[in-house]
Amino acid sequence: MAKVKMSKKATSIDMTAMCDVAFLLLTFFILTATAKVPEPLPVDTPSSTVQTKLPETGLVTITVGKSEGKEQVFFGMKDRAIRSAALDYMAQKYKVNFTDAEKEQFALVDEFGVPVEGLKQLLAMKGADRAKKGVQPGIPCDTIGDNNQLRYWIQYVRQANIDAGATKELQFAIKGDAKEEYPQIKRVMDILQEQKINSFNLVTGLRGKDY
Amino acid sequence: MAELNTGDGGGKKGSKKVRSKKSNAKVDLTAMVDLAFLLITFFMLTTSLSKPQSMDLGLPDKEDKKEPQKDIKVDQKRTLTIIMGKDNKIKWFHGLLEAPEPGGAPTNTVYGKDGLRKEILKRVISVNEYCKTKPTYKEGDGLIVIIKPSKKSTYRNLVDVLDEMAICKVPTYAIVNDITPEEMKLVDEMNK
Repeated sequence: MAKVKMSKKATSIDMTAMCDVAFLLLTFFILTATAKVPEPLPVDTPSSTVQTKLPETGLVTITVGKSEGKEQVFFGMKDRAIRSAALDYMAQKYKVNFTDAEKEQFALVDEFGVPVEGLKQLLAMKGADRAKKGVQPGIPCDTIGDNNQLRYWIQYVRQANIDAGATKELQFAIKGDAKEEYPQIKRVMDILQEQKINSFNLVTGLRGKDY
Repeated sequence: MAELNTGDGGGKKGSKKVRSKKSNAKVDLTAMVDLAFLLITFFMLTTSLSKPQSMDLGLPDKEDKKEPQKDIKVDQKRTLTIIMGKDNKIKWFHGLLEAPEPGGAPTNTVYGKDGLRKEILKRVISVNEYCKTKPTYKEGDGLIVIIKPSKKSTYRNLVDVLDEMAICKVPTYAIVNDITPEEMKLVDEMNK
């Protein structure tokens, strides 16, 4: 009886092509991934089961949180194009002059929490210093008195959006800290509602239905 | 799998010929590919998953004081009121506070599937059945949930309750900010 011959095959496969493809994809994903910028006011958002994602453009985020025992409100615009236009309006309203370099610098700021008078000092700082604790005291938003700057920011950013010829209305998202008490959130909602913004997003994290 | 380039393999003692070193031309790429794919997976998942979720919330127009306010009467059998207190405490009642529906007297409960959700789900079904028996039944009639966050309740509580509305598919719900003195008593009792 002839023995059944085992066919001898090479045990190692040529991995070169696979390696090429893998690294090509890797490069693609690394380049498309956006680096996460440190938030000036980190908040712990509550979780919900909704699956809708926040839009990438046409969004204004109002962050409500607590830092060093004080309630703070931060303001962030997603679209770079309207940032400096909104700043122009604010500068007019509060009689603060900004140089062109400062306006340019402002267009790169994702989120800030200083009164418009203190914006100059903030823009002069380095990016890393801005996120430090205690640097940004929050935007004044007392509904009593005339210093409700949040209200004007909201108004002017919408104005800037219309000026830029946008066809879609800006969307507003409230990003609140889970431990924040309801009246604080309500105050921001009231400011939005004053300007007939009755529909907005609440930023949440994700969780399963089985909690 | 791994191949090591071990040079001339020990060498035979007898041979005196100087052999040129035969280097292994093939490098094993398996580990490298493994690593590359691991990183790809990581970047793929983080780019799409890191986007935060958002919950849409529509509030009714704030009516001007000048306009006469119309009180809309709703069947008290359809309303479920949820009052949120401090320290994640929560209370609900079905119907009117002074005359609650059977089994709907003010009760303390907890957030989540074993507390609030059970009660809401039960009533979503029963109230819908009840609405169907009425001659004025329209599509979408059902339970009306009134959410009353008190001053001491947190944002997390509000989102939790709103989430519960989405999970239980409550047809109508509203956030109401004025708490009546009677309800305030309930809140104080709960906060104790």
